[in-house]
Amino acid sequence: MMIEIMQKLMYALVLLLFSQLTQAKLEIEIVQGNASALPIAIIPMQWHGSGPPPLTDVAEVVSSDLYRSGLFAPLDEEDMVDRPVDAESIRFGTWRLLKVDYVVIGRVNDAPDGNGFDVVYELFDVHTQERLLSQITSVGLGDLRFGSHRVADAIYEKLTGVPGAFSTRIAYVSATGLGKDQNYQLFVADADGFNPQPVVGSPEPLLSPNWSHDGQRLAYVSFEKGNSAIYVQNVATGARELVSSGKGINGAPAFSPDDRYLAMTLSYSGNPEIYIKDLSTGQKRQITDHWAIDTEPAWSPDGKHVYFTSDRGGRPQIYRVAASGGKATRITREGTYNARVTISPDGSRIAIAQGRGNEYRIAILELETGRMRTLTPGVLDESPSFAPNGSMILYATREDSRGVLAAVSADGNVRQRLILTEGDVREPAWSPVIR
Amino acid sequence: MNTTWRLLLALVFAVAISACKTTPPETDEPVTDSTDTTSSVKEEATTSAAPNPRDYTDERNFDNSQSLLSKRVIYFDFDKSQVKAEYRAIVAAHASYVSAHGSARVTLEGHADERGTREYNLGLGERRGNAISGLLSAAGARGSQLDTVSYGEERPVCRVSDEDCWWQNRRVEIIYTAR
Repeated sequence: MMIEIMQKLMYALVLLLFSQLTQAKLEIEIVQGNASALPIAIIPMQWHGSGPPPLTDVAEVVSSDLYRSGLFAPLDEEDMVDRPVDAESIRFGTWRLLKVDYVVIGRVNDAPDGNGFDVVYELFDVHTQERLLSQITSVGLGDLRFGSHRVADAIYEKLTGVPGAFSTRIAYVSATGLGKDQNYQLFVADADGFNPQPVVGSPEPLLSPNWSHDGQRLAYVSFEKGNSAIYVQNVATGARELVSSGKGINGAPAFSPDDRYLAMTLSYSGNPEIYIKDLSTGQKRQITDHWAIDTEPAWSPDGKHVYFTSDRGGRPQIYRVAASGGKATRITREGTYNARVTISPDGSRIAIAQGRGNEYRIAILELETGRMRTLTPGVLDESPSFAPNGSMILYATREDSRGVLAAVSADGNVRQRLILTEGDVREPAWSPVIR
Repeated sequence: MNTTWRLLLALVFAVAISACKTTPPETDEPVTDSTDTTSSVKEEATTSAAPNPRDYTDERNFDNSQSLLSKRVIYFDFDKSQVKAEYRAIVAAHASYVSAHGSARVTLEGHADERGTREYNLGLGERRGNAISGLLSAAGARGSQLDTVSYGEERPVCRVSDEDCWWQNRRVEIIYTAR
């Protein structure tokens, strides 16, 4: 009997160890910081609920979110000489001496209905002693970490004037193994890389994940049938639909801003053209018509135009066409290789993968002025994806022959690496704001 | 724990690198299947004639390294789909075989190197596959015998980021699904 219990325990232990080893987790490291980051102190929040305290350290999650944005320099917890719990006990002079500009205090309570938590917090300006924010963020039982991201969103918005994008998610593809043991998985994780969940796995290539604007579905390309095919999958339920599997290429899916249509690249006519498919009726219309490679469609935020890559001028460049079709206008003029466009949420800028010789970097183009700026050091950077608040661009790069994800601020001043503990990671897509 | 991860990562890289190194650089060499060799040896014993390497309608030449039929990978320049002169004879040999054997079926698998974007490379791989398909058709193969699939940069044979590796990945594989 005793032996049996021991065996079971050992088995459980092995399982636990194994799951620790195989759990893919992203770690984030800032590789290029910002000297003018705002100094802020997020005081550890006291647990005021019944029962044991929750595992999530709200202040720690908020601090690391703000740090990652590159716009904030949160004070280390060990440097906090004082831990006020209410407004009256904040000694502003002390914080001024520590060169801290802003202080956040708060506590975590049980929700009134007992089914979750209330994070009650306040933000103070150390210099004016003014209370800038006083809020309660209510979350469900398993959602305290997500709630912490919402607290970070609110603080970020109050101090920068731009909504935060911490309570969002990212999708990406991870490839593990080599040759016949190669395996591909499409993951969805929180924007800080926490809590990665597999959406779909396949021994054949997976690529080009694209979020619906309601944040519920992912469109992607899978080779599981031996050729490229486009699927749309509900992230929460796993239910999926085969949208296109015709002869030739079925690639580059992109949801329209109203999620009614899916733009895609199909080559059944003999070469790749861009089509728009009505997801409710199944009807599709062709919006490009050229012998060149036309691919990688991306919608303008108003849904009136589609930007795409075409080598109709000899080398790949970005073009724009009305969503109803017609004559395409060339958008990029500098450089010999501009592809895989992503549009800023306000529609004023585009980010692209720009090639020069053997080096590929992420560049940003202001549409009005035509000013182009390189944001990343290369060498093989691709797949840019704007954060829903336009502040950062997530992209794929390589490090020691391994694919990793990185993010760069839209002004190029802050850059960070997201290191997944295993696999060759590529094809990131930043989710819209999840309401 | 941190050290364990580093060790594990180092191990993974070591395995990955060694696996890459063991990839045969000459990918256009035929894969010799031991059972095939013995059966062709038996055939030789009974028919007592080695295949003429220039007889491109003879199925035995698929495994004869002297014959162009044994070469079934065509390589391309960066961002190009023109079939280079040095590969024309190989394509012509396969055209002879396919047009002489109505039951033969061929899939042209187009590939690209890792440079450039994934979806554009899907287009490029298809263009390369179509270039070979076009040459086979022009030389007498029927459309129903030919199929093109593009994997873009998703199925590299080599994974190092330099030209020694890239040229091997910019390719069309001529795959016989029926002979």
